[in-house]
Amino acid sequence: QESAYPQRTAFLLRKQWTLYSVTPLYRFSNAHLRDYARLLSAFIAAEKQKGLAVEIGVELDIKVAVSSLPDLKGSDRDQAAILVQLSLRSPASPKNSEEKLIWSGWFCCVSGDDLSDNVPEDFTCLPLFLANGAESYTSIVGSWFQKTFDCCFRRLALSPLNLSWMAAMWTGCKVDKTASAMELVFSVPCLPHPLDISYAIHPEDAKALWDTVQKTPGEITQEEVDVFMDCLYSHFHRHFKIHLSATKLVKVSTAIASAHCDGIIKFLQSQYLTGVLMLLTELAISQIQ
Amino acid sequence: HLATSLPLPSERDHLRPRIDLIAFMIDIKSKYSLKNVEASLDHVDASFFLGKVCFLVTGVGRVNNCSVDMNAIWKLGEVYCSPVLFCELELEGIRVATAQRLLRMLQICAGHIPGVSALSFGSLMRNSADD
Repeated sequence: QESAYPQRTAFLLRKQWTLYSVTPLYRFSNAHLRDYARLLSAFIAAEKQKGLAVEIGVELDIKVAVSSLPDLKGSDRDQAAILVQLSLRSPASPKNSEEKLIWSGWFCCVSGDDLSDNVPEDFTCLPLFLANGAESYTSIVGSWFQKTFDCCFRRLALSPLNLSWMAAMWTGCKVDKTASAMELVFSVPCLPHPLDISYAIHPEDAKALWDTVQKTPGEITQEEVDVFMDCLYSHFHRHFKIHLSATKLVKVSTAIASAHCDGIIKFLQSQYLTGVLMLLTELAISQIQ
Repeated sequence: HLATSLPLPSERDHLRPRIDLIAFMIDIKSKYSLKNVEASLDHVDASFFLGKVCFLVTGVGRVNNCSVDMNAIWKLGEVYCSPVLFCELELEGIRVATAQRLLRMLQICAGHIPGVSALSFGSLMRNSADD
């Protein structure tokens, strides 16, 4: 699925996003985005007054912008993505329009019919939330949304099972010429000192392997993912006599995207942005239900 | 008796008491443990699968560490007609409760409970949807 306006979503690429699942928002309206920006701005200022701000003593002028990203959705039944941006206005030269983006967060729903079909009218389904920037701002923005729309944010963790699906799915994606190597990082349990194993695979070899495993293009089964991963594990075992299947897969990096088990994602190709978001939306919905 | 895999070493066969119950442990955090159990199952005599085998799945407390597909485990239970028990070894309460369950099953398998045989486990296993 190719995004019609890759330039509009290009700013989402190559940034590290922390993932959250969000329960449906009560009485949220696309028509009131400017009002929300104003209210959120006032909330942040109030939090600063209370001394819960990030920096102490410095007069910070934080500007809040809330906008809609209509291209980020799977079907017409999905809600358009909502972007929240916090920028710092330079206090030294207020006339200077230069603003520094200090925090971004966006809500989205890509092919979230499973959730939106089962939810009463007044609720808006935007189950996936991605944040980039200081945790303190994520916390303040999250609190405002939770209070205003009666929703609940939870960190979305990615299990080794989820990550191996991503490894298989993303390996199958066609990328132009200089694709980066596929890297899998494993954490070895039960050792006195933590040990991480990094396994890098040439992208063409990985794709060739996946192509022999996948039976129907466009469809992936758990069996195929298992066979793919087992091949990689046995290859590693043959060389290093280590059973990667006894360790925990914690990070997957491919040319499409990279994902970490703590629930951190980085998008690298705008062409596959919606595809990855669809998988993440599904995971967020399972966490909510 | 604890073993990391089957078959058991043949040198000690003559010293070994009768085996009444085999509990295969699968750690949901380790794909390797599932593979190990699958390979070990091949070495078990068919007569054991009449109620003298069960699967014990551990590590279920933390779903985010899941490396094993649950469907594969259910399938294992189905194919080998044996019960699948879940537990979290790190929690004492669950550990104790699971041990008690296993002990009860063992008593039945060893024939210590009059009127109940290991064969009854098989009928309890049948999916109610099949009837």
